[in-house]
Formats: sequence, structure tokens, C-alpha cells
Amino acid sequence: MAFPVALFPSALLSDVTYVKTAQIQWTNFSAWLITGALLFGGFALLWSAIVTWAAREPMERRHNGVVTVLLALAWIAGLFNAFQHSHDGWASVGTMGVVLSVLSTILALAAGWVGQSHGRVLAVEAGR
Amino acid sequence: MIFRHIAIGASALALAACGSSNPDLDQTGAQPDLPKQRQTLLPTMTIATPAGWNGEAPRAPAGFAVTAIATGLKVPRQILVLPNGDILVAEGMGGQDAPTVRPKDVIAGYIKSMGKTSVKGGNRVTLLRDTNGDGKPDLRTEFATGLNAPYGLAYADGNIYVADQDAVIRFPYRDGMTRAEGPGVELVKLPSRINHHWTKAMTASADGSKLYVGIGSNSNIGERGLDVEQDRAQIWEIDRQTGAHRTYASGVRNPTAMAINPANAQLWTVANERDELGPQLVPDYLTSVRDGGFYGWPYSYWGQNVDPRVHPQKPAMVRAAIRPDYALGSHVAALGLSFVTGTGLGGNFAQGAFVGEHGSWNRQDLSGYKVVWVPFANGRPSGKPQDFLTGFIKDGHARGRPVGVAYDPVGGALLVADDLSNTVWRVAPVRP
Repeated sequence: MAFPVALFPSALLSDVTYVKTAQIQWTNFSAWLITGALLFGGFALLWSAIVTWAAREPMERRHNGVVTVLLALAWIAGLFNAFQHSHDGWASVGTMGVVLSVLSTILALAAGWVGQSHGRVLAVEAGR
Repeated sequence: MIFRHIAIGASALALAACGSSNPDLDQTGAQPDLPKQRQTLLPTMTIATPAGWNGEAPRAPAGFAVTAIATGLKVPRQILVLPNGDILVAEGMGGQDAPTVRPKDVIAGYIKSMGKTSVKGGNRVTLLRDTNGDGKPDLRTEFATGLNAPYGLAYADGNIYVADQDAVIRFPYRDGMTRAEGPGVELVKLPSRINHHWTKAMTASADGSKLYVGIGSNSNIGERGLDVEQDRAQIWEIDRQTGAHRTYASGVRNPTAMAINPANAQLWTVANERDELGPQLVPDYLTSVRDGGFYGWPYSYWGQNVDPRVHPQKPAMVRAAIRPDYALGSHVAALGLSFVTGTGLGGNFAQGAFVGEHGSWNRQDLSGYKVVWVPFANGRPSGKPQDFLTGFIKDGHARGRPVGVAYDPVGGALLVADDLSNTVWRVAPVRP
């Protein structure tokens, strides 16, 4: 979970830097960051789906379901963004690249936020 | 591993979307149809995977016979016919130093490797000699070994020049030699950092005083940054005596084979143009090369068509870009060029040039994978390219991929290097 939460926003930052400087290395950084987010985010997504499926409490299942959906959406936006970043030169980012980076960043952060608050809810419930 | 699955799944998606070409567009000759740019989500990659010849041979027009005169070579590229009729073949595979800088490089490299031979480049020049004049060489020697991805070959005034991927090497030559004496002498170093396009094409000027060497760009369209494009996408003129060089022409993305037009001693080149703008952009071309000319790369193509992938753009350079003389078709990957001399191969093949087309990867329907004939009159192309040697594709598989072509005035034949089946083919008129 920590990987997409960290890597998608990093890719957004390096995209912004590329658009500002046109230094090619920044779009290469973005491409690797997005790929890393997809790889590890894929494991997180798989685990989240398994946990949702295995959950017995309806509330726990709903929470995990929300996390899974958000993660899945972030992953899909990230996948399209990886394709976008495979374009050569200036076309590797562009408006579409920045939009997809923003989208995957927001979705990943939301998944992380909900996931964490869910953990707190469980902790609170366990404490009762 | 995960990349591979992404690549396969997504290329299916991209293929379904587009990547096929419109057959109504005419993309050859002086005025090719240029469609709108089309960047797909993923670049279309279709590679014809290899298959054997199984005793068959490429097809030539009626009245010609095709024979394999050398097999089991180690990635043959360019061919040079010496004054005495001996044939030199450069064998090698370069460009291994180009670093992987993006996830894409991993995937694209893997897919492209599926269309290549698994044989390791020979790093040598092989000599073939036909001692009894039956068209079938009966002597085969290693003329030079220990080279570094040799490609371009030239002969001038008792010297053989070999263009390695990083330098031009000179070998003193006497008539009848079958093996070079010594390792050769370096005439001049060539740009070799990264070496994305590593093939150094070469030819000697008509008077033999100069060598022309093609140095391809270090990227498709500047995606490694423009800093690494210093001295790239150029044709150098090298003084054969001193090794001094100057830029003869620039903006030629990848000049892959050069030859002197026998009608007027002018330098001509074939060049491979940029990818990933659609299945019918940008046509590869055949052109005379103007001294000091700029041919557009990376800023524009076919004259003033701006490439939006370059940033910052340079309108002044776009305005200065010369339109090439003659389009060969998009993604055909022209890698061979040879003019006929004298009466050539007779009939329709008396005046003009042969062009070897290695074949496409960046479009769904394959293009190239053949040798074409471009008829000339008064030193200029005078008609559409005609298929001369075909049959390299069978049932969607590539049996061979043509590279260098050489007209052999001594034997009266066309020689074709095939770097997939590692063969040299000889196409000659059938004697009545």
C-alpha cells in the first residue's frame, strides 16, 4: 500500500518538473516511478481484494471494498499513464500525462487514507 | 515478467484500435501521400517471427535465377565487390552499449529481438571468391577478424576501408589477397557514445579521395535528450589521406547505406525515418545528398512537417529542412543501396538502383522485407519502385531480411545480404 501512495505522487512531481524544464531525465523518472507503483500496487490490490473477500464483518468488508475499488481505479489510471509515458520525447507527458498522474495520485492517496482510517476503526472496535 | 504481460495485453488493445495502414495512400516517389500524425496509446509492434527457407529461395523476376552463395554467416550486413570480382561481406551486430533508460526499452527490446537471428555477430569481414566463373564461390576466407561491429565497406586506391561501429579502419590491399595482413590501421574515430543507431554506412567518392560515413541518430526522436545527438544524424566527409573530417550533411535521421550515382558522381543515401507517428509516417527515403544540406531530423520530416515530440522546437531549422528526392514507403527500413553500372542487369534493369528493405516493426501490416528496383534516367529516379526480390515473408513468418545489396559488375549479378537466415543471395540473369 505504501508503494503506490508514495510513487504515484512522486511521478506527478517529476512530470511537473519535466513540463517545466524539458529535461528528458524527468520523464524517464516518471516512467519508472509509475511502473514501480503498478508492480507493487498490483500486489497491494491483490491482497486488498483477498482481505475483502475473506472479511466476515459486513462493516470490515465494506471498508476493505472501498479501499480495493480506489486502489483498482488508481492502478488503471496508472496503467494508462505508463502507456502515455512510453511515448517518445515531449509527447511522453503532455496534458494527458499530467491528468493521469493527478488522477492516480488522488486515487492512491484516497485509498491510503481510507485504508488507514479503516485500521483506526478496527483498532477502536478492538479496544471496546 | 509483469512488463511482458502488460506489453502483450496492451499491444492487443492498441492493435484493435489502429495500426493498420490505408492501401489507397501512395507513399513512394517524389510526392508521397502523408496522412495525419497518429500516436496510439501504445506503439504498434508487429514482428514477423523467423522461419527457415527449407531449400527454397527468394523470388526474382522471370529470366533471373536466385542462388545462395554463402550460408552460415554471422549476421551479414553490407557487401563490397572488389575490382577482381572477389566479394567482401561485413558481419556484425552493434549497439549493445545503448543503456536501458525506460521500462519501454526493456519491452521494445524484447519484442524486436523476436524478429532477429539468434546468431552472434561475427565481428569479421568474409571474402568469397569464384575461381571458375560459374557464379558459385569456391573459396571462402576470413579477410579480417577481431572487428567491432563492422558495417560499411569501401575500396579506394589499393586500400580496403571498414567502418566499425566506432572507427574507420584501413587495410592495405593487393590484388588477389584473401586475408588482410595485420589488424589494420585506424583512420578516424567515429561517434559511438550510446550508439542507438550503430550502423556506420560508408562509400568512397568517385575520385577515391574522400570517404562518406553515415552516423545515425542516438534515438527515435530525441527521447534520450538532445545533448547526446551531438555529431549524430549526420553524414561525414573524411579525407582518405589525413583522416580529417567535416559534416557533409545533417538532419538525416539514420543514413543506412550510401552510394555514388555513376551518372554524375553525386552522393546518394537511403535513410530510415522516425517511428511512432502512425503506420504511414514517416516514409523512409532515397535522396541525393547536398553538401551542407539539412534534412529535418529531429524538428521536421519530409521538408516542413513539424514533429511535436521535439521540445523546444526550432522553426528556423524547420524552414531550412530539405525535402528528400524520393520516398520508399513508411517503415520499410531501407538498409541497402547499390547503383548498377554499364548496362546493369539488362532490359528494365539497365539504369537505376537497387534498395534492400529490412522490413517493418512499427505497423500492423508488414512493409518492406524485399529488394526493390528504382529506375533512373538522366541521373534522377524516373519511375515507381518495382519489386525485384520478394518471398522473404511466407505465412506471416520472415524467412529472411535483406540488408546490404551490391551490384557485381564482374559477375553480372546482384548480391543481397540476408541477416536473418545469415545468407548471401546472388540474383543473376539465366544464361540461355
